[in-house]
Amino acid sequence: MSGEEFVPLSLTPLLIGIFAAVACALPGNFLVLRKQALIGDAISHVVLPGIVVAFLLTGVISAWPMMLGAAAAAIVAVVMIEAIRRLGRIEPGAAMGVVFTTMFAGGVLLLEQTDTSTVHLDVEHALYGNLESLIWLDAVGWSSLLDVQALAGLPVELGRIAATLAGAIAFIWLFWRPLKISTFDEGFACTMGIRTNALGLALVVVAAIAAVASFDAVGSIIVIAMFICPPAAARMMTNQLERQIAWSVGFAAISATLGYVLAGYGPLWLGAADAVSAAGMIATVSGIILALAAMFGPCRKRAGAPAQA
Amino acid sequence: MVAALQPRRSTSCRVWSAKQTDTRVMLIDALLLQLGYNATLVAIGAALLGVSAGVTGTFLFLRKRALVSDAISHATLPGVCIAFMIMVALGGDGRNLIGLLLGSALSAWIGLLCLNWLTRNTRLAEDAAIGSVLSVFFGFGVVLLTVIQTMGVGRQAGLEGFLLGSTAGMLWADAMIIAVGGGATLLLILLLRRPMTLVSFDPEHAAARGLPVARIDLAMMGLVMAVTVVGLKIVGLILIVALLIIPPVTARFWTERSDRVVLLSGLAGGISGYVGAAMSASAPNLPTGPIIVLVSFTLFALSMLLAPNRGALAAILGHLKFQRRVHLRQGLLALAQGQPIYERLTLRLLSRAGLARADGVATEFGRARAAKALRDEKRWEVVRTDQAHEAAAALYDGLRDIETVLTKDQIADIDHRIGGPQEIPA
Repeated sequence: MSGEEFVPLSLTPLLIGIFAAVACALPGNFLVLRKQALIGDAISHVVLPGIVVAFLLTGVISAWPMMLGAAAAAIVAVVMIEAIRRLGRIEPGAAMGVVFTTMFAGGVLLLEQTDTSTVHLDVEHALYGNLESLIWLDAVGWSSLLDVQALAGLPVELGRIAATLAGAIAFIWLFWRPLKISTFDEGFACTMGIRTNALGLALVVVAAIAAVASFDAVGSIIVIAMFICPPAAARMMTNQLERQIAWSVGFAAISATLGYVLAGYGPLWLGAADAVSAAGMIATVSGIILALAAMFGPCRKRAGAPAQA
Repeated sequence: MVAALQPRRSTSCRVWSAKQTDTRVMLIDALLLQLGYNATLVAIGAALLGVSAGVTGTFLFLRKRALVSDAISHATLPGVCIAFMIMVALGGDGRNLIGLLLGSALSAWIGLLCLNWLTRNTRLAEDAAIGSVLSVFFGFGVVLLTVIQTMGVGRQAGLEGFLLGSTAGMLWADAMIIAVGGGATLLLILLLRRPMTLVSFDPEHAAARGLPVARIDLAMMGLVMAVTVVGLKIVGLILIVALLIIPPVTARFWTERSDRVVLLSGLAGGISGYVGAAMSASAPNLPTGPIIVLVSFTLFALSMLLAPNRGALAAILGHLKFQRRVHLRQGLLALAQGQPIYERLTLRLLSRAGLARADGVATEFGRARAAKALRDEKRWEVVRTDQAHEAAAALYDGLRDIETVLTKDQIADIDHRIGGPQEIPA
């Protein structure tokens, strides 16, 4: 494939896919280790009402109100889960299940009640995203990467997701030691004076930001998959957190690239005419990677577990 | 590609809403099954589904595996798509409900086995396994959905309905499948309820009694899968989880007995299904699945607030009552020792009970009660230093009346040890 075709049509979706995947996989490592992996699932469900309410209030589909709405919904959900857990003395999994299904149902209902026929807002979009449509129309080839005028026409999602990725990297870089210590031994972290509650909340907030930013570009299904699958696969490869994160970033990037390519060109190779959903394909590839890691990864067993029960 | 896809899911009402009658009348009609053949079918089907989901979900909730249902429900999507493609390839209609449900059951079962394998044979915790099965199966299902879209225009109509449920144009045969499925699930639960209760409460004990815990767990998940598959048509695969989680949590507020939780949960689920389906039929643009979930959540919220013992209101009232007792007790002790009381709440409580005037001076009655309180405190002191009263002393919390712990004779004995007033000139 030549640069004239690749750069405008595939480069930006590919980059957005990779950035989103890595931005979700980074906090995902800690969430998986802390047994909070399903927070990504919950967040991706609850942002729907937030986005719909933001649309109802502003009347337009634009990025900032939606991001704010989604973030607000995520916070409401966290507060509700905590309230139900404490007031009702309900186990966290069930409390989460109550909240995210209810908020998602509320979002769907609001969506059905409002006239969104003139704008592009529906549940399917929220689930699958529209990675394929994030093309860079101003580009004519590789040379456009140096062309200021063409660069101005880059999809805004690219900048947002890149900023989110940078933010996630910065968070993990800055809080590396406290994060690592509190993830493995919360009691020890407390005795060292690390504010584990605040740190845990900050991690969830970073995850929520990554989820909301990626959600806008690639849909919730990738978000859930990328929070869990690459870190889980990386967990089977090594016993060291540093290496696990490196593996997970690699897996996330491979899933995004391979998934996008397979979705775009795979059907053509098989003789079909149309591409399939890139978001779905990326999730599928990450699942295949996880399956391979679970079967052949060097550290797939629990430490100290009997070889075969 | 995705943009082209704008299904209308909420047409369940359109057939009847030609005459714009008053919505409230419509709702009453719907609740009384007067809104037409189709609405009646949907309401009965949804009620049956709610009952079986509520009952099944209880065991899942007690086993603390509520979110496993999320993985199972999302894992149905590839099966639905593959079943559709196979039926079309064989020259069929592709929308045969039995075929689609069989496909969904098969892929949910595969998802469940993957989940079990991941948690048992790898180091992954259950939540990570749930999340990975959920997202991967659902992602693959989405890929297949887009494949189906390219197979032939218009023919895929209806498959998206499985995401959020669609009761529009439900046929008698479909409703029968749902009713029979719900009934069969209930029957199975009735047979398996004792081993399942045992396993949910104490798997180790169950294993020690010789029960095949792994297989009972799998059977429990199989029931969850059955409910999910039956519910696909009405509430859709994303929201069916709510019917499995919310009613048991609701029921748990009202009782401490597992058999009653099961019954109440079935009741809550049935009510949500029935009322939700009726409401959705009574006005336009009220999709069935979300309405059922929201009705269910309303029941949950009411229970959380109002339930006796475990409810939030009961907890607040209990706390206030405790606070009043502590303040009264401390106030009486202060009165007895002649200490001034500055604390407002204590003063208010004392004066409301007629024990003290508003300025904190004890009334006649108040002095008597204060003296009694001080004497009780002294009695407790003796009890707590005496090894013979060890069991009673363990119950001391600063509030308990000593008469509820010791007999009259014992108290008299203690009083004898304390003796009469000392160092007071006669």
